[in-house]
Amino acid sequence: MPASERFDTVIIGAGMSGLAAGIRLAQFDQRVLVTDRHYLWGGLNSFYKLGGRRFDVGLHALTNYMPPGAPGAKRRPLARVLRQLRLSHADLQLGEQNYSAIAFPGVRLRFKNGFGLLQEDVFARFPRDADGFRRLVRDLADYPVLDGDAPRVSARERLAEYLTEALLIDMLLLPVCYYGSPTPGDIEWTSFVILFKSLYEEGFARPEGGVRTILDLLRHRYAELGGELRMRCGVERVLHSGGVARGVRLEDGTEVAAERVISSAGYVETMRLCGATIAASAVRPGDLGDLSFVESISVLDTKPAELGHDATITFFNSEDRLVYAKPEAPVDYRSGVICCPDNYACRAPAQEGLFRLTLLANYDAWTAFPEERYRAEKEELWRTGHGAITDFAPDIRPHTVFKDIFTPRTIEKFTGHLNGAVYGSPNKRTSGETELRGLYICGTDQGYLGIVGAMLSGVSIANRHALMTA
Amino acid sequence: MTKEEIVSAIKDIIRTIAPDEDLTNLVGSERLRDQIELDSMDFLDIVMELRKRYGVQVPEEDYKELATLDGCGAYLLPLMESKELKLTAV
Repeated sequence: MPASERFDTVIIGAGMSGLAAGIRLAQFDQRVLVTDRHYLWGGLNSFYKLGGRRFDVGLHALTNYMPPGAPGAKRRPLARVLRQLRLSHADLQLGEQNYSAIAFPGVRLRFKNGFGLLQEDVFARFPRDADGFRRLVRDLADYPVLDGDAPRVSARERLAEYLTEALLIDMLLLPVCYYGSPTPGDIEWTSFVILFKSLYEEGFARPEGGVRTILDLLRHRYAELGGELRMRCGVERVLHSGGVARGVRLEDGTEVAAERVISSAGYVETMRLCGATIAASAVRPGDLGDLSFVESISVLDTKPAELGHDATITFFNSEDRLVYAKPEAPVDYRSGVICCPDNYACRAPAQEGLFRLTLLANYDAWTAFPEERYRAEKEELWRTGHGAITDFAPDIRPHTVFKDIFTPRTIEKFTGHLNGAVYGSPNKRTSGETELRGLYICGTDQGYLGIVGAMLSGVSIANRHALMTA
Repeated sequence: MTKEEIVSAIKDIIRTIAPDEDLTNLVGSERLRDQIELDSMDFLDIVMELRKRYGVQVPEEDYKELATLDGCGAYLLPLMESKELKLTAV
């Protein structure tokens, strides 16, 4: 018979945010249980082995990168989250990007760590907007961090108060959308500010060894503090009575009592775990995101740099206006992200090259394909996708020795995010609060973005709702 | 613990939280956050470490009493005079 257990806090999901929250609480002697239904930790930023090779699931970059001694670095999210988790910058073994590019037809903006190159390119390409861009950067510096549930404002509209050129607005939005927007063609202003700083003002780096380096750090730290982690252990139900969360029932029938539950499963997903009544009253139309992606990972017999491609990340858009919406077709080839992990500084470079291509995808199409067709469509997207981006990168198809492709179906299967929605709900809950007392949201749907953002989300929700009040 | 030992205890906690900060020239009467990089999350950690190490509870409305080292000494003395100093940071 499944026994009943008691914890101070149960955390749903062993991704970056859940593990970070777990570390904070275990650090201050709470009895913490982190559960995840998958057998590997990491959530949307996990890793896997295939064909004798190790791959990262989602990692293109650790955003928010700042070298430890840089002016103002200590106040930025990376340093703050490391302090809170008692980790050192050196532990992450970060290698910096070469540079990245935003490519539209006939125009390119480059950026690298630190802000100089982007400013230079913006001033050169869009001289009419130079002053507006300066004003934007100045105003963002003082913009408050996430606090409370602010009203939703369109970034596109706010940017138009600073910039006159629609193309520049679209170009600045492209990477920001691809790295964190659950909203078609736009992003909520607060998220834009967070991403603008983390992508452009701060920058990109990659941990030596990939995402696993960070995940191992988190997992070891959590275990060393006495936190309990259960994998292959899904939550079937959030238990509650009188408007207060009381614990969870696991899929194996075990009931776990807890003072509070913190969920990184997504807002709608979490509300559904509370049962039909709560789900019906707490979920509004539009709460469920529908932007999903396909990504192909190609292993090469050479390095992209040998083929003349030294950009680390290329955000491309082959139309004059920004393409960022759920496509009608299974895949939209007109915009996307090219990531070459080999174009990060690295002490022990891999033998083989790697080339990642991310494109917008239609969840319904990918989940409706019967098995054989599904496999054929993956093959097709790889062939067509790589043929469609030759304006922005070399054709790596003749150099490919191995490939793997994930789709919205894969994302939903392994992360449980409905619709394969990588960036979750368009309606973020920055306070982390829900209809139930004692049930809080962390991770993607709380509003911080990227790996550092996910950890910061777990930390801040744990601080606010489980440490300050305990 | 004396007031001086309480200040040592606080510095030791700060060393754990922010190992990269130089604490040698801290002035007792000046706000900590004006002298070293400490944000509200770090202040929460000072409070949490006090609870963990010394069993001292500081309610949220009193966090402001901990703004300076002198303030820490004065505020914490009645709560900590019966306790032993424990240093952990290396």
